[in-house]
Amino acid sequence: MHDAVELEDARCAASVGADWSRPSDPGRNRMNKPALAWPNVDANAVPDHKLARKVRGLGLGRIDGTNLSMRFAGRTGMVTALDRVDIHIKSGEFVALLGPSGCGKSTLLNLIAGILKPSTGSLTIDEKPVDGPNPGCGIVFQHHSLFPWMSVLENVAFGPRMLGKSDPVGTARTLLALVGLEKHEKAWPTSLSGGMQQRVGIARALAIYPPVLLMDEPFGALDAQTRVMMQEELLKIWSQFNTTVVFVTHDLEEAIFLADRVVVMKTLPGGLKHEVVIDLPRPRAPAIIKSERFNAYRSEIFEIIRDETLKAFRPTS
Amino acid sequence: MNKWLWTLSGIVVFLGVWTALSLSIDNAILLPPPIAVVRGFVLLLRDGTLAGDILASLKRVLGGFAVASAVAVPLALAMAYWQPIEFLLSPVITFLRPIPPIAWIPIAILWFGIGDPPSYFITAIAAFFPIFLNSIAGGRAVHAEHIHAARSLGAGPRALFLRVYLPSAMPHIATGLRIGLGQSWMAVVTAELIAAHSGLGYMIQANRLALETSLVMVGMCVIGILGAGMSGVLDVLERVVLVPWKTP
Repeated sequence: MHDAVELEDARCAASVGADWSRPSDPGRNRMNKPALAWPNVDANAVPDHKLARKVRGLGLGRIDGTNLSMRFAGRTGMVTALDRVDIHIKSGEFVALLGPSGCGKSTLLNLIAGILKPSTGSLTIDEKPVDGPNPGCGIVFQHHSLFPWMSVLENVAFGPRMLGKSDPVGTARTLLALVGLEKHEKAWPTSLSGGMQQRVGIARALAIYPPVLLMDEPFGALDAQTRVMMQEELLKIWSQFNTTVVFVTHDLEEAIFLADRVVVMKTLPGGLKHEVVIDLPRPRAPAIIKSERFNAYRSEIFEIIRDETLKAFRPTS
Repeated sequence: MNKWLWTLSGIVVFLGVWTALSLSIDNAILLPPPIAVVRGFVLLLRDGTLAGDILASLKRVLGGFAVASAVAVPLALAMAYWQPIEFLLSPVITFLRPIPPIAWIPIAILWFGIGDPPSYFITAIAAFFPIFLNSIAGGRAVHAEHIHAARSLGAGPRALFLRVYLPSAMPHIATGLRIGLGQSWMAVVTAELIAAHSGLGYMIQANRLALETSLVMVGMCVIGILGAGMSGVLDVLERVVLVPWKTP
């Protein structure tokens, strides 16, 4: 792959400490080991990927939000980002939150993640109230997803390490192999392409086998081709884990391609507008977007979302 | 031409202009030629006084720098995390910051006399503010996403601080250390000009009074070379140990 070649070149070109000025040689750091590397790495250990099946078997990852509102003080008074939302997501369901900016889709995701606290309403995951970010919910962000000061491997091993799991490095290797990046485990995250970084981000979030995976426009910053490949890969990974996924996007086709259910959100104030159950067979191949049913879903959701985009674009009231 | 040839040319031209100027002035007290400085360097190296002065200055700089770092970094990080501490400290800091290290010298002599202690005090003051201000910026440089991600991966307060806050702040802290060390090195010479009986600053001052200009210049050159060397060492430390992940 192109990226891999680039990285190898950078490693070969790296020279350490030859002079003390600060030349712009982006490859020079790659050869050094990460500062906070952990000792006692067992290279041969491969952990038990059965944990994924366990998560599925237990039927975990059920999300119930009732009467969720989110208000905060803006410059012109109180802003209602989210207005009395009821949302119920089944264990193992893939739900896409779709809508124009300002519809509160990220707010809703952050509520589920425990990053924000709702102004009203109750939110539970597997009947336990959500109280702050916790290992029950893996999160993948659009930006600043990885810790730049840790190697790719250490990023993925971070979760298992924090939770005191045995053999965090072995787990990390398994997950990296799953996203096809086992050859890049020693690289710094910033040396990878955007798509590769997001794959590491997904691997890291899944390394603790969370019942819920929350994704906030994870492919929003990628180019169109990479994006399509990432969507396919995400579905493949998800089929192994079957965690509940809540996926925020403003890309209609992405939502239909990925999700079991597309929740279209509305603006002013933000909230739920309509739900469309996507009854397309799995596994889904990219060719499916040319099918008639896909097109029917696209037209249907396009009409729903168009009103909302117009409202956001040209607020009348 | 490659870059080494250019670099070498720069040095040669500098020495050439210096030599030409000193020949035309023809007064070893006003401007001795480079070769006289080299001779002076060898002389001071042989009688051992230069090594003593260098050690005295280095000790003061590193001592003051170490104290300043040990105080400034934790204080700045604390200030970045707990706002009450910021409210508590920022008026005093804002007021003390514009006072140049040199202005502290009279007070330092009154408090600590002549010798090592006032020099430690001055180098510490000089290093403190660059380290402190950059570390505050570092303490605020953490991305919310990194905190959320770490917490969702099970990190507790201790791990959050050591594995997220601290590395996020490290690029800024490293910059502060580099600037702080430079300031401290400049301040030690100033302090020794007035408040010490050893060190490179004192050596320059003593030789000025003796009209040994070439020896004054030996002192200046050694200060320049050591300063560049220290900043180089810190640069390597930064790239290899403190922030190896940052691409320059």
